[in-house]
Formats: sequence, structure tokens, C-alpha cells
Amino acid sequence: MSTTAVHSLWITAAQPLDKIQAPHIEYAQLAPMIIVFGAAILGVLVEVLVPRRSRHHTQMFLAVVALTAAFAAVLGLAAGGYGTTRAGIAAMGAIAVDGPALFLQGTILLAALVSVFTFAERRLDPSADGRRVDSFAAQAASVPGSDSEKAAVKAGFTTTEVFPLALFAVAGMLVFPAANDLLTLFIALEVFSLPLYLLCALARRKRLMSQEAAVKYFLLGAFSSAFFLFGIALVYGYAGSVAYARIADVVDGTVQTIDPALAATMGNDALLLIGGAMLLMGLLFKVGAVPFHMWTPDVYQGAPTPVTGFMAAATKVAAFGALLRLLYVVLPGLSWDWRPVMWAIAIVTMLGGAIVAITQTDIKRLLAYSSIAHAGFILAGVIAATPEGISSVLFYLLAYSFVTIGAFAVVTLVRDAGGEATHLSKWAGLGRRSPLVAAVFAVFLLAFAGIPLTSGFSGKFAVFRAAAEGGAGTLVVIGVISSAIAAFFYIRVIVLMFFSEPRPEGPTVAVPSPLTMTTIAVGVAVTLVLGVAPQYFLDLAGQASVFVR
Amino acid sequence: MNPVNYLYLAALLFTIGASGVLIRRNAIVVFMCIELMLNACNLSLVAFSRMHGNLDGQIIAFFTMVVAAAEVVVGLAIIVSLFRSRHSASVDDASLMKL
Repeated sequence: MSTTAVHSLWITAAQPLDKIQAPHIEYAQLAPMIIVFGAAILGVLVEVLVPRRSRHHTQMFLAVVALTAAFAAVLGLAAGGYGTTRAGIAAMGAIAVDGPALFLQGTILLAALVSVFTFAERRLDPSADGRRVDSFAAQAASVPGSDSEKAAVKAGFTTTEVFPLALFAVAGMLVFPAANDLLTLFIALEVFSLPLYLLCALARRKRLMSQEAAVKYFLLGAFSSAFFLFGIALVYGYAGSVAYARIADVVDGTVQTIDPALAATMGNDALLLIGGAMLLMGLLFKVGAVPFHMWTPDVYQGAPTPVTGFMAAATKVAAFGALLRLLYVVLPGLSWDWRPVMWAIAIVTMLGGAIVAITQTDIKRLLAYSSIAHAGFILAGVIAATPEGISSVLFYLLAYSFVTIGAFAVVTLVRDAGGEATHLSKWAGLGRRSPLVAAVFAVFLLAFAGIPLTSGFSGKFAVFRAAAEGGAGTLVVIGVISSAIAAFFYIRVIVLMFFSEPRPEGPTVAVPSPLTMTTIAVGVAVTLVLGVAPQYFLDLAGQASVFVR
Repeated sequence: MNPVNYLYLAALLFTIGASGVLIRRNAIVVFMCIELMLNACNLSLVAFSRMHGNLDGQIIAFFTMVVAAAEVVVGLAIIVSLFRSRHSASVDDASLMKL
């Protein structure tokens, strides 16, 4: 573009316009996101206006109402046909309202709802100075072990900010799989990441570990989002636009009008390949796929367990949604380039996660490596590049998120004097001491392992079938092998719980309030229903598997 | 001046930032290197915006500045709380959970 043309652009921008076209926003179709963002902002106001003693209940009420209302809005949109026939682009091209977006938003909202119950649990920790306390720090700013921390505990402070933080994260996650241009995608990524960094740092017990987890997550997360942004810059440079449809057209070479500048950058494939690779890198980091997984075990172990459950489930759903849309809507013209790369990543993720998990001795780290292996299984479905691939990934994410939240909720129950007893040796003989809790955890482990009659089996079967039909037979064989490796350490935990002698100084199982019980019950119910009668949900995911362009 | 030169500068700055993140051990310096990477992204966005003659890239640069500011708020809060409890901001010292 010539200098005079650019100059005229500035002049036009500087002159007063007679009439600025107001953007047309479809508020009804954006309702789920608007409700959650609004509730999060209200939650910040609650911190200012509501007296301290009633904040916990107010915040929890607000969060539950907002998430339920947003879920109702998603159901309303789906019932109105926005997932199928009336799917379209909203908010001036920024947000796609289509089947995958609505399905994943519904999953995220339900997962967040049951997670908020574990956030609000106040019966597990022994009461401090006669007050019931939750799993979050009395005052995050006070130094661990200092006088100011003791004073904060004595005064009965609690970090009720976790509820608005979680709502902001949920709102970002709702936008993430629905984003229809790269700018919205980047902003959504930051909107859900920044509150998660903070939530990781807020544990009541083991605060040094919690702060360490937050620093690691923050530095690596910011590092990966810088790569992601540079990828956006390069893809923008290649296509001259950040809108998904436009980039896809330029990649395919079907673009209508080509100006000289676009012709010059379109010829430069390095921009597209490097940019696309950096975009994938940013998303695979959030997913926790193997070359970019280093943060996962440390962050899952150090973060407060309710936050770990929320993060493990909802982040993965949102990130896989964005990954699917990027690969299927923006870069289908590049699938000969990205499929081999994703093949390699899926293989190392499945095998790496499963093999390293065998050596773990901490239950939270074990679940972290198991989540890495599961990311590999889901990637196998992503690689299929067929509508069945999309629907199987959607179903797997639904199944996986409830198993994960349930499993981490059980981890919060097993406690000793130092808080949660996460070392595996302490779980020995748990089945003798509290058969119910051990049995529930065994159900979750069997679902992780993919044993029939649990949701894990239906999910894995759907994903592997889609991958095999999509021409990735080798990947399926490797997936089955790593499932077998993974089954070994899940079964080992079950054997440890039921067939070894309990230790005399072993942990006790705390009796939770109905909140955590609801979370675990929902987890078990979803696991069994999706395992025994998955057809309805598979059909639902099948109907929701068409991306709008 | 040819705007492509600015792209080379941006790539150079990005590389300096990325190597800084990998080499430096102080959390604050690591964080500053990440900010350098974000600024390199901004420079390349603006250069591409100039090449294509549309304003998208400049708008994104504004958004990036806001995101970077928000990241500073969150990041400094986390790093300062780590420093106050450990009296060190070294990323090597934070190794409670190393396998």
C-alpha cells in the first residue's frame, strides 16, 4: 500500500464523521456470557457493599443463580434452534453461536456450577476460633505463618473474592470456544487465565506450595500467551484480517478481492506456517499436551483442590473448543500440514502422560498426569477431522469434566492433621475405613481408566472410533496401549485402597456438607448415566457438531 | 522506510524476550522479558497494519496494552506475595514440588 493511501486513511479517521454506524449486537444470543460477566461484576460490588459476615452466603447465592440462569439461557438458545438451523455469527462477527459453542458452554456452566459447591464447602477444615472456614486463605496478602495471618484467621476473614474470580474465569471460558476472530480469542484467553492464576495462590493450607504453583502457572501461562499473540500477529500479517472466515478464505486461496499488499503477504507461507504453529502452541499449552505440559503437575498439586478440579475440567473444555474451531474453521486448508504435527503431539501426550503417571506418589500429581494422558486421547478425536471427530470430542469433554470434578472433590475429603492427605501411602486401606468414599473414588478411577459401564468407556470408544474412521488407525492402536498403561496405575490405587491394611496413623475422612455431597453425587450420576445409556448424549453431541462459518 | 524492517526488529525483540525468559532466574526479570515479547507482538501488529492499510492491527495493539497492564497487576501481586513469604524472587528456589 502506498504512503498516500495510508495517509488518506489517517485523514479519514481524523475527520468528523457525519454518522457513525452503531454496531448491531444480538443481546439474546450473547445472554449466557452477559449474565456471567454481569454477575462477576456484581460480585465485586458485593465485596464492597455487603458486610463481611454475610458475604460468603451472598457471593455463593449470586454465583449459583448466575450460572443456573446462564445455563437456562444456553438451553433456551439450543431449544430455539441456534445450535442447528439458526446457527450464526453474532456481535459483528466476534462470536459464533452454533452447536459446538452452545454444547461446550453448557458443559462449562454445569461443571462450574458443581465446582462452586466445592468452593463454598466450609465443614472440612477444622473450625478456626469457632468459625467454619473454607479451603481458601484467610487473607491472601498476609505472609504465611506471620502474625498478620494469625490475626486475619482470628478475625474470621475469608477470601470470598474467589466467587467473582471464578465467575470471571467462567465468562472467559464461555467466550473462548465461541470466539470467531483471533482478537476475541486472545482476550477470552486472558480473561479466563488471569483469575485462574490468582485462584491458584489462595490455598488456606500449604500456602507456600500454593504461591509457588501460582508463580509457575503465571510465568509459563504469560510466556505461552506471548507466543500465542505473536502467532496472531503473523497470521494477521498473512491474511490481512483476524476474522476466521476471511483467514480461511485466504488460506484456501478463494478470496475475492486481492490488493497488492495481500498478494505480497499471501505468497509468504512462512508467515502462515509459523503463525499457525504459534497459535497451536498457545492452545496446546492450555490443554496440557506433552511438549507444553510441564506446568500441569505442579499447578494441580499446589492449587487449592476445589480450584484444581474446576481448572482441570473447565479449562480443558474451553481450550479444546477453541482448538477445534481453529483447526476446523480457520485452518482446514492447512490440514496436510497440521495433521502430522498433531499426530506426533497426540502420541507423545498419550504415552508420556500414562508412563510418567506410574511413578507418581501424590494423588493430585497422579490425577494431573492422568489429565495429560486424557488430553492425548481427546487429541486423537481432534485429528479425525470429520463431523464424528467433533461430536466424539464434545462427548468426551462432557464425560471427562464431571469425572474430574468428582475425583478432586473426593480428594478434599481425605484429611489428616496437615490438611488434605494427598500422599498415596496414606490412602492405603481407605476402603476398610470408609467403604463409601473409597467406592465412589473407585468409580471415578474406573471411568478414568475407561472400563465399560462408565462414561470413560463411552467417551474413549467414541473418540477412537472417530479416529479410526478418519484414517488414524495407528493412533488408535497407540491410544489403546496407553489406556492399558494408564489402567495399571488406576487399578493400583484401587488395590491400595481396598486390599492393603490401613495404617494406624492414617487419615480420616471428613463428613462434608450437602454441597460437596451434591458435587460428588452429580459426578457419580453423570459417570454412570453416560456409561450405561450414552446414546441420547451422543446424539446430542452429533447434532451439535457443525461449526458455523 | 520499508515496513518489513520493523518486522525483523519485532522478531529480534521477541527472540531476546524469549531467551531472557529461559535464561534469567529472577521472577521479576522473567516477567519483564515476557512484557518485551508482548511489545514485540505489538510492533509487528502495527507494522502489518501499515502494510495492509487497515486498522485491525493497531486496534489489537491497544487491546494488547490493556491485557499487558492487567497481567502486570495479577503477576506482580503473585510475585510479591511469593517474595514476601520466601525473601527471594528466584524461580529456581521455588521448588517445593519438584519430583
